[in-house]
Amino acid sequence: MAVATLAFYLFACTAVAAGALVVLSRNPVHSVLWLILAFFSSAGLFVLMGAEFVAMLLVIVYVGAVAVLFLFVVMMLDVDFAELKAGMAEHLPVGLLIGVVLLTQLALALGGWAFSDAAPALREAPAEAVGQVHNARALGRLIYDDYVFLFQAAGLILLVAMVGAIVLTLRHREGIKRQDVLKQIHRERHEAVELLDVKPGQGI
Amino acid sequence: MEDLLREYLPILIFLALAVALGLVLILAAAVLAVRRPDPEKVSAYECGFNAFDDARMKFDVRFYLVSILFIIFDLEVAFLFPWAAAFPDHGELAFWSMMVFLAVLTVGFAYEWKKGALEWE
Amino acid sequence: METGFWSAYAWPGIVILAQCLLVLVLLLVALAFLLYMDRKVWAAVQLRRGPNVVGPFGLLQSFADFLKFVFKEIIVPAGADKTVFFLAPLMSFVLAAIAWAVIPFADGWVISDLNVGILYIFAVSSLEVYGVIMGGWASNSKYPFLGGLRSAAQMISYEVSIGLIIVGVLISTGSLNLTEIVRAQDGAYGFLSWYWLPHLPMVPLFFISALAETNRPPFDLPEAESELVAGYQVEYSSTPYLLFMIGEYLAIVLMCALVTILFFGGWLSPVPGLPDGVFWFVAKVTLVFFLFAMVKAIVPRFRYDQLMRLGWKVFLPMSLGWVVIASMLAHYGVPGYARW
Repeated sequence: MAVATLAFYLFACTAVAAGALVVLSRNPVHSVLWLILAFFSSAGLFVLMGAEFVAMLLVIVYVGAVAVLFLFVVMMLDVDFAELKAGMAEHLPVGLLIGVVLLTQLALALGGWAFSDAAPALREAPAEAVGQVHNARALGRLIYDDYVFLFQAAGLILLVAMVGAIVLTLRHREGIKRQDVLKQIHRERHEAVELLDVKPGQGI
Repeated sequence: MEDLLREYLPILIFLALAVALGLVLILAAAVLAVRRPDPEKVSAYECGFNAFDDARMKFDVRFYLVSILFIIFDLEVAFLFPWAAAFPDHGELAFWSMMVFLAVLTVGFAYEWKKGALEWE
Repeated sequence: METGFWSAYAWPGIVILAQCLLVLVLLLVALAFLLYMDRKVWAAVQLRRGPNVVGPFGLLQSFADFLKFVFKEIIVPAGADKTVFFLAPLMSFVLAAIAWAVIPFADGWVISDLNVGILYIFAVSSLEVYGVIMGGWASNSKYPFLGGLRSAAQMISYEVSIGLIIVGVLISTGSLNLTEIVRAQDGAYGFLSWYWLPHLPMVPLFFISALAETNRPPFDLPEAESELVAGYQVEYSSTPYLLFMIGEYLAIVLMCALVTILFFGGWLSPVPGLPDGVFWFVAKVTLVFFLFAMVKAIVPRFRYDQLMRLGWKVFLPMSLGWVVIASMLAHYGVPGYARW
């Protein structure tokens, strides 16, 4: 499968390069666009591993929904680039320090990481091999049955997210006319129209 | 596994072909058509006025709310897809666990309806 | 070595390339005539003649338009982000085109028969919003920006109901493969075995959501000529505009094809006994497209708050409710709902 190898390197290099450009590009909108490219390449890598369902979900959820939100946020930023550059020198040492700390932590965590020999056996319900049943179906057999509690927890998290989003962002503006459909439909003629008998030459 | 990848190769080729065609079209006009820009021609269109200020302005927070709610419902649909794909294999537990999941999210939906988050002004 | 390379890589590659080229070219030619049909239908509704000068009955009008686009000047507005400005139309064209890679035109007539075909289409169509947002942002002009913003919110609002309606059909099929979905509708009763009958409430819902998703009138608010001039396309001219146009129409025809595949049996013949085939697929897609054109000609435009209310307060609960109802019916084995 020379083609698959070629595709792997193509996607992997694109993912890394796009990831770097997310951080490096000056314009935040360009950053989001690079991020989208990085998501795409990761989706390609998932496909190469045979996880086509996860690849599609990555595109639908991250590119189709999350990145749209990012783009909304970034598009309305009034970024003054000169000011950003001026602050750069000031905050550089602190930023570097944080970066080094994070890197050390990552190195420590990954260095001490080892798979337990018993880990594969401890999995509650291993999925079938890729060739036998395609992975959306294999996932469907597992999530809702064997991992039902995790699944319900996911539902509750989504509920909390929904409530949280409303609490944080919803502001009703005053003095705005809203359409009330029920009120419109229930309006009778005698409430809206009044017949006046106007005498000629007198007015109302 | 190989069969799976073989199905994706045509998509890659199709993608390359479509990108090539699009680029050719843009370049065709760039090469064939005249280009004579002048300041009036390239200024932003604002029904005859000169542009007042920068076009990238702040907009209503409601757009964020809509996109956040969209993410949540999109995730809900994402959970429904494998459930539907494996529907023939489901026992009672799998079936009813999804019903509970949907009920929980319906509570959230009712909340946002009551709060007026779905109203547009 | 030589022969191995040829038989293993080159020939299949050339065959695939030829297939892709064939589909793309046929699609674009078909689009030219569908556009002509679109304009003729509006003309007929408004008691006009429509295009009738270029070629017999004006049949070649679209090709004349195409040539004219190519010879027009590309205007890049001052202050525009050049890369994104050209990327936006390219993206909306490419995305609308590649979705066609998984559409089965007849049994086995498909470029790539993905296991997750319907998800692929859902993914690609959820990306179409980017062309609009990017075009609106890159132009650095107010009308495009507002238009892009509005249409982004509109497209994502209706995508949820489209997803839920698709889930309803998937429950009946138990597969994410488009070919399987059509095969599951093959029954002894011809057109009565198709999914439109068991999933009847979802057919109009899907049709209307498809109109909104593709920014077609009466939901063409991003373009709303009266308030936003032409929305995100204001600053575009020449072939970049043409690419937006082709992308929009490809997405519309894709939605017609999706209606056909999900509810009206794809390539299956409506009467038992008649041969199935690509002819039926094309005929059904054309019929659905005719309905799209009629809607554009007849129905007045929605107001923006009404559009959002329809999406979130009517379509979303209805399609969600239908997922529950359809799954109950399938779970308890009501005939017609469970076909695996």
